[in-house]
Amino acid sequence: MNRNGGHRFDHEFIYEIVPGGASVLDLGCGDGELLARLIEDKKVQGLGIEKDIDQVAKAISRRVPVLHTDLDLGLAGFPDNFFDFVILEKTLQVVNKPLLVLEEMLRVGGVGVISFPNFSHWNVVASLILTGRMPVTPALPYHWYDTPNIHLFTVKDFLDWARTNNVAVEQGLAWVNGKVVPLNEEEDIFAEEVLFVISRNS
Amino acid sequence: MRPSFKAVRRGGLEMSDPLNVLTKKTPRQFDQAGSPRSVGWTRAHRVRLADEKNPLPLDCGKTIAPVDVEYEIYGKLNRARDNAILICHALSGDAHAAGWSADAGRLGRPWLKNRPGWWDVMIGPGKAFDTDKYCVICSNILGSCYGTTGPSSIDPETGRPYGLRFPVVTVGDWVRLQERLISHLGIDRLLAVAGGSLGGQQALEWALAYPDRVESAIIIASAARLSDQGLAFNVVARNAIMTDPNFKDGDYYGGPTPGRGLEVARMLGHITYLSETSMENKFGRRFCNGEGPGFHLGVDFEVEGYLRHQGKAFVERFDANSYLYITRAMDYYDASAWGEGDLDKACRRIESRLLLVSFSSDWLYSPAHTKELALALGRARKRVSYANIESSYGHDAFLLEVEKLSHLVRCFLGEGVAE
Repeated sequence: MNRNGGHRFDHEFIYEIVPGGASVLDLGCGDGELLARLIEDKKVQGLGIEKDIDQVAKAISRRVPVLHTDLDLGLAGFPDNFFDFVILEKTLQVVNKPLLVLEEMLRVGGVGVISFPNFSHWNVVASLILTGRMPVTPALPYHWYDTPNIHLFTVKDFLDWARTNNVAVEQGLAWVNGKVVPLNEEEDIFAEEVLFVISRNS
Repeated sequence: MRPSFKAVRRGGLEMSDPLNVLTKKTPRQFDQAGSPRSVGWTRAHRVRLADEKNPLPLDCGKTIAPVDVEYEIYGKLNRARDNAILICHALSGDAHAAGWSADAGRLGRPWLKNRPGWWDVMIGPGKAFDTDKYCVICSNILGSCYGTTGPSSIDPETGRPYGLRFPVVTVGDWVRLQERLISHLGIDRLLAVAGGSLGGQQALEWALAYPDRVESAIIIASAARLSDQGLAFNVVARNAIMTDPNFKDGDYYGGPTPGRGLEVARMLGHITYLSETSMENKFGRRFCNGEGPGFHLGVDFEVEGYLRHQGKAFVERFDANSYLYITRAMDYYDASAWGEGDLDKACRRIESRLLLVSFSSDWLYSPAHTKELALALGRARKRVSYANIESSYGHDAFLLEVEKLSHLVRCFLGEGVAE
């Protein structure tokens, strides 16, 4: 699945917050790089889900356990709260059924970590208004015809979903001008990419 | 309107030669024995692994002795004895998994002269199971007719072939016997156990029965158990054999064999190995004579010729009683038995890393069934990977999708085995 962008602030943040020995499910794990590091350095019990078989093969060669399946099918087969952490790095915008994926993520895991490109970033919005064309930016480097991103949404869209679905946002981070800063909802236009730590309100 | 047949009507029940279907299209290239990618000429070994003093206990409650096992070895066991990979064969396979048999004459199996071992594409120098790195072992299963004790072997109590007096054997029994072989060869721990179809079930059984002796298991086109649909096909296949007038309750040795029954059983089997698409690609409703219907009831469609040929060729090389026993073992296998019927509980026993591979068009062991096993292993928090290869070849894909399968196996086995 899509892991665009050169910088990996989400990678680094997740690597820092996952405690040793935790169980981690990485949805759209790609080539398994993050899980490989977590498994090796932190003795994490990791499992990836990935729908591209070439990426699956790469993950396997890194000794990362990975299941070749489509997130749009849900996570049936995994019990509630089976994982300590469920990761959804830059993947939500490429799935067909984002709401199902979010629901399943919160069902099988205690804590969800989610990152995505922000469509309300000023550069994106300005580019759309000024050029009249779908924006091509570092966080959204594709053309309209070849983008894997099929559900584009903004920080506010995501937070609206969280509020109406009883989802607690534990933490929000933004990638602004090459730096990681705490996310300010009112200044979301400066956030090129964002990351949220979420959980189900009990 | 009457359909327009281009065909020239032929007289009577004339049959086309079913063989021209096959000779016309066998583009497959084999690595010849001299090729640097072949393990070359191979010899079958035979060893007695159970005798009166040390009989083999069986799941059915009986014991059996003596038991001889035929096996082949390719590549070399390293000093640490930690580079051994056991390959498990499927229903009608044998120990000759790679290279060219130097024993075809001695063993009385002339068909071995025509092609290399059944997984030659996967086993050899530089191949997925790289014999420059690994010591690859393949043994023949209990109940077979290829050198390991089976229904056609002499029953020491009667001095005649066992026939149906042979005890019912299981996948568990096969693996128990393989364990004796591995121990006999001085190997404590296998680097990997791998197999497709019924061979995949043996690999799974190894991981369940000997968790501390299997580093990793590669389970291909297989599942925790056969589906009801699979059971049904096996029932019909066995009925075809047992209702053959020559069957004589399995005591047909020395006389005419139940060849027609076995032929039908094998034809049926081949239908389950292909997919609708692969049949269409292969035969496309074409007629053997290339023109149109011959207006006879003999072999007329190419698919008919193919099945007939496969059936007939099989009768030449396989024992009908062995087919009964092996399909029965296939029916009975259920990995959840290790967890009193609970597959998740059974999976908790496993210590090995696992690779599961299915093929999209396989309907004998479907991707859904393989995935079910993968999820059970995931719930048991085992180090499992699962991949579904897009293929039109159906169940046979585990013998044909060489490139994709090899890539996955290489990725899984990784590099670095001590000299």
